[in-house]
Amino acid sequence: MSAPNVAEKPPPKAVEPPHPMESLLRMERIPHIWCPTCGIGTTVTAFASALEKLQWDLDKVCVVSGIGCTGRVAGYMRLDSFHTTHGRAIAYATGVKLGNPRLKVVVFSGDGDLIAIGGNHFIHAARRNMDMTVICVNNFIYAMTGGQCAPTTPPTGYATTSPYGNFERPFNIPHLAESCGAVYVARWTALHVRRLTTSIMEALQKPGFSVVEVITPCANYWGRINRLGTGLDLMKFYHEHSVIRHGADTRTLDIEFQKDIVVGKFIDRERPTFLEAYNQRLSQILGEKFVPYEGD
Amino acid sequence: MKADPKGVLTGDHFLDGDHACAEGALAAGCRFFGGYPITPSTEVAEKFAQRCPQVGAIFIQMEDELGSLASVIGAVWSGRKAMTVTSGPGFSLMMEHIGLAVMTETPLVLVNVQRGGPSTGLPTLTGQADMMQARWGSHGDYEIIALSPNSPQEAFDYTIKAFNLSERYRVPVLLMMDECVGHMTEKVVIPPADQIVLQPRKYYKGKKKDYLPFKPDKDLVPPMVKTGDGYRFHVTGLTHDFRGYPVMSAQCQEENVHRLVDKIRSNADDIVEYEEDQIEGADVVVVAYGITSRVALRAVDLARAEGIKVGVLRLVVVWPFPETYIRRLAQKVKALVMPEINYGQVVLELDRCACGRAEVVLVPHGGGWVHDPEDILHAIRQAATGERAGEGIVEYPRKKRGQE
Repeated sequence: MSAPNVAEKPPPKAVEPPHPMESLLRMERIPHIWCPTCGIGTTVTAFASALEKLQWDLDKVCVVSGIGCTGRVAGYMRLDSFHTTHGRAIAYATGVKLGNPRLKVVVFSGDGDLIAIGGNHFIHAARRNMDMTVICVNNFIYAMTGGQCAPTTPPTGYATTSPYGNFERPFNIPHLAESCGAVYVARWTALHVRRLTTSIMEALQKPGFSVVEVITPCANYWGRINRLGTGLDLMKFYHEHSVIRHGADTRTLDIEFQKDIVVGKFIDRERPTFLEAYNQRLSQILGEKFVPYEGD
Repeated sequence: MKADPKGVLTGDHFLDGDHACAEGALAAGCRFFGGYPITPSTEVAEKFAQRCPQVGAIFIQMEDELGSLASVIGAVWSGRKAMTVTSGPGFSLMMEHIGLAVMTETPLVLVNVQRGGPSTGLPTLTGQADMMQARWGSHGDYEIIALSPNSPQEAFDYTIKAFNLSERYRVPVLLMMDECVGHMTEKVVIPPADQIVLQPRKYYKGKKKDYLPFKPDKDLVPPMVKTGDGYRFHVTGLTHDFRGYPVMSAQCQEENVHRLVDKIRSNADDIVEYEEDQIEGADVVVVAYGITSRVALRAVDLARAEGIKVGVLRLVVVWPFPETYIRRLAQKVKALVMPEINYGQVVLELDRCACGRAEVVLVPHGGGWVHDPEDILHAIRQAATGERAGEGIVEYPRKKRGQE
């Protein structure tokens, strides 16, 4: 990448047009902490576009994040938002949802947070079909702490804690989600903005546990440590190596180092949500004694 | 504010402490329970599982204790009163979210039915060795409130008090039961709903645009809001400003930590609760809490029969510690005797506050059973002279096996 082009004299100050996502972002907190060419911002844009298109009452939408780069999303969304502990976003969101069942709860976090330290909560929320949408930003690495190996790091990929290349088998997130009971599973890269936005819209509208995995470029750690070039190079890689295969068998979705990435919508099925099952079973057994939980 | 009759099982009951605790929570308006089974606290969760669908509450058995307390915090921010229950190993796992609840000023109740430790220890047998963990277990600086009931009736009463204190100060409140109290069955009187006084949550009443989630009122406690009401608030475990936004500075950290600590310390006189018996003119005062405060009464009776002037100070609220009271008490008596089912935890505070003005005697116990009253009596006799004041904590060990 060439050196930034420094103008000899500053350009005349233009009146900046309002940011198109202003109503959904905490503008007072911008600039954000994410690096240039990071894919989290793109994912946030897709999420915000999805919410705008749905025209929902945004007072009833809540974002819960864990810890890490993507964990900071909650802090930038102008929504009721929680920045919780490492790995616990889904468990926290379970309480938020059950505390106020009328909310649409979105868990927005990274692969390390959701699948490593938070893996137990992920599989159990999927099993229960807890009504929430999980947007999992997967950049193959722990970026906030400086580039350590993740449970999603493709084998032979380097990280600061796998200095000789990763040899562990990574999680295939769509397959994990499907086998645990998620009702909607899709995967896109940060390049597929339009398709990603559509998938997030579908996931938000789907009652139950929906998962959207987003493969995102991390040029500063994943790209640099593995000598994969700039953020633009990573995006070019997605362009050349993404294969759209809707309905693909999730067992075939392992991601290998610098090989084709299969994307698409893989799962869209019906199962009663936790609260539907709760109400159905208890009214059946308890009859008139059952006092349904109403929240507010 | 009076209790909602829907959750109040008014009448005379024969309950164990665990079940009484669950009834106390429902009477206090608790409508969300997220928990994980662990002996000897499981009966609390079982009672919730049975009762919740009949009172319009939600019970969920979470996948672990980390998730349990996380879900409780989430439910509180959605407007519920919520609690969880655990014992030693689970308590260790919950430390992470005690910190989050303290930092985000989330009112909730966490019950620890203590068993013997360390580690898996004695799942079915009693202990009181989590008292310092209750005080200091989560990383960082904070003050916390911990209560210690000594009967099923108190398990009911003090669960309600725990909820009231948590709402009043926006702090997690720990109900430190022990296996004996959890599993002993006694008469429990549940009063009519209109006789149960509850502390309502302090909700923000001003204009929406002016709301600052962590701007405290004069009492140092900020008013709350809840999800879905249009405040679009942010809550983080990071050090934050009044807006709830992260600020990474020493100044903001100082303001945060100072207030979190100060809102409890400056109100300690209102929070502290203890029971006294024959303190006036006593040479020795036995200081105890939980099940040990009942066992100690036998030793006190025997000592009084021998003509020793013994008083009893029973701690209901252990944290914050009744510091001012103990400082004064130590000037008036020769010795303070503390039996506890551990090798010296709360006695450290007792000794600190006694400042060498009275002999401080520990009667330790490793756990698994309560003290032999004879051991406490022995300590009272030895302490009656108060000769060893200022020598630090004097330990009167139990009789070793084979010496009896």
